[in-house]
Amino acid sequence: MRKVMRVAIATDRCQGHNRCCLVAPELFEADDEGNAHVHGDGIVPAGLEAKARLAVANCPEQAVRLTSG
Amino acid sequence: MESRPPVEDWAIDFDHFDPQWTENPYLLWNDLRQRCPVATSQRFQDGAYFATRYDDVREIACDAEHFSSRRVIVRERKLPLIFSPPITSDPPEHKPARKLLLPAFAPKEIAKLEDRARAICRSLLDAIGDSPTCDGAGDYARQIPVRVIAHMLGVSEDNGDLFRDWIYRILSEGVSNPAAAMGAMQEQDAFFKEQVELRRKQPGDDLVSFLINAELDGKPLSEPHILGTLRLLMIAGIDSIWSGIGSSIWHLATHPEDRKRLVADPGLLPTAIEEFLRAYSPVTMAREVVKEKTLSGCPFQPGGQVLLSFPAANRDPSKFAEADRVLIDRAENPHVAFGLGRHRCLGSNLARMEMTVAVDEWLKRFPDFHETPGKKTTWSEGTVRGPRSMPLTINR
Ligand code: HEM
Ligand code: SF4
Repeated sequence: MRKVMRVAIATDRCQGHNRCCLVAPELFEADDEGNAHVHGDGIVPAGLEAKARLAVANCPEQAVRLTSG
Repeated sequence: MESRPPVEDWAIDFDHFDPQWTENPYLLWNDLRQRCPVATSQRFQDGAYFATRYDDVREIACDAEHFSSRRVIVRERKLPLIFSPPITSDPPEHKPARKLLLPAFAPKEIAKLEDRARAICRSLLDAIGDSPTCDGAGDYARQIPVRVIAHMLGVSEDNGDLFRDWIYRILSEGVSNPAAAMGAMQEQDAFFKEQVELRRKQPGDDLVSFLINAELDGKPLSEPHILGTLRLLMIAGIDSIWSGIGSSIWHLATHPEDRKRLVADPGLLPTAIEEFLRAYSPVTMAREVVKEKTLSGCPFQPGGQVLLSFPAANRDPSKFAEADRVLIDRAENPHVAFGLGRHRCLGSNLARMEMTVAVDEWLKRFPDFHETPGKKTTWSEGTVRGPRSMPLTINR
């Protein structure tokens, strides 16, 4: 079975650079103050794993976290 | 800037107004990063420091206990402390002063300005028309953000020359001539005072009205707070963006393979813009040391002025592979052109939108252009770097 990948945002680190929302709009959205949140429960749908990793790699604050298992 | 003694050893006598730095700072930074990662200089009051490594820049930007934002420009002679919240604020005052501004700059609000920005770019391109040459800086890049910010402030878009003059006196001339900076700030305050009076009588959908209605701890903002923030928004939102737009167009004028690739595949625009922001980061900030701290073996003494170079961090090869190459499809690019930590640029969504629109509209109108042979692009001096004049030839 496929392992479940999840994304989360460390809200104490996020400063609203918005890079995650731009590279993976399927996974993240910005709130009214411009800080990012994951859509729903943060489970990454099949096929979007690469975009989730790109969001991690592009966040200047190291605020996007991935877990799998 | 007046003539200055030439720099011989950049490690102990750096000067970000030296012509070598203005011409091409990247080689200097690479050399320093290897042999002396924290350079110093006595050309600035109480001594100045300049860190070139990504890790040190991150530390300084995120450590308000040792590095205060109360001075955000390195000057030969320090000015009296200036109140421009949130950029000049430290914790705990910083967070509330920033938070009240965030909604006006969130992606949703900025998206509403895109049509106006496109219209501004198109009218400038119309004015260039079918002339075979133009100044990509003066005729295009420099004209865009002043008009957008005037639109946001609800003032006439014809105020461009006035705004540009204030900014020049504060950021460039004012580094060695404090009276020039103070005079420009007084003129700005008088201008904005009048706008605040007008908006109190007749509110509109603009930033001045937004600040009049904003609250801090349940109370309206004081007049000095409103004026300080308006001054900041104008200074922060103008030559940073024109420098970003200008550098992007300059890169495409001097790298035909990237230009052709972007014209053929506009889907690359988002990664290209982030890469231009990384490689040609316009904005260098500053801090004042308030408590001694050692970084990369170098002690920072209280009172010293710190040149906080996000542009140098973005060229650090230990963080960015092939840091000196511009790769318009660079997929992993956590650049820090908009800073790091609590002072992350509040206008980053606006800046990114304007840069994207400006490059997109330019390429649609002028897909084939290059730097005019025999003429030279000149670069602005000091802490905001971008083309000051950029002679271009347009092929049709
Ligand atoms: C390409 C364009 C721009 C660049 C490269 C840029 C860069 C930066 C940087 C590096 C900082 C961090 C300051 C620090 O750490 O002390 C900053 C802060 C700031 N920027 Fe920008 N900026 C740009 C455009 C804008 C625009 C368009 C606006 C608004 C109209 C703006 C408003 C601000 C404000 C208000 C702050 C202070 C935020 C705070 O202290 O919390 N910037 N900018
Ligand atoms: S890229 Fe990082 S800092 Fe920026 S919004 Fe996303 S999580 Fe927040």
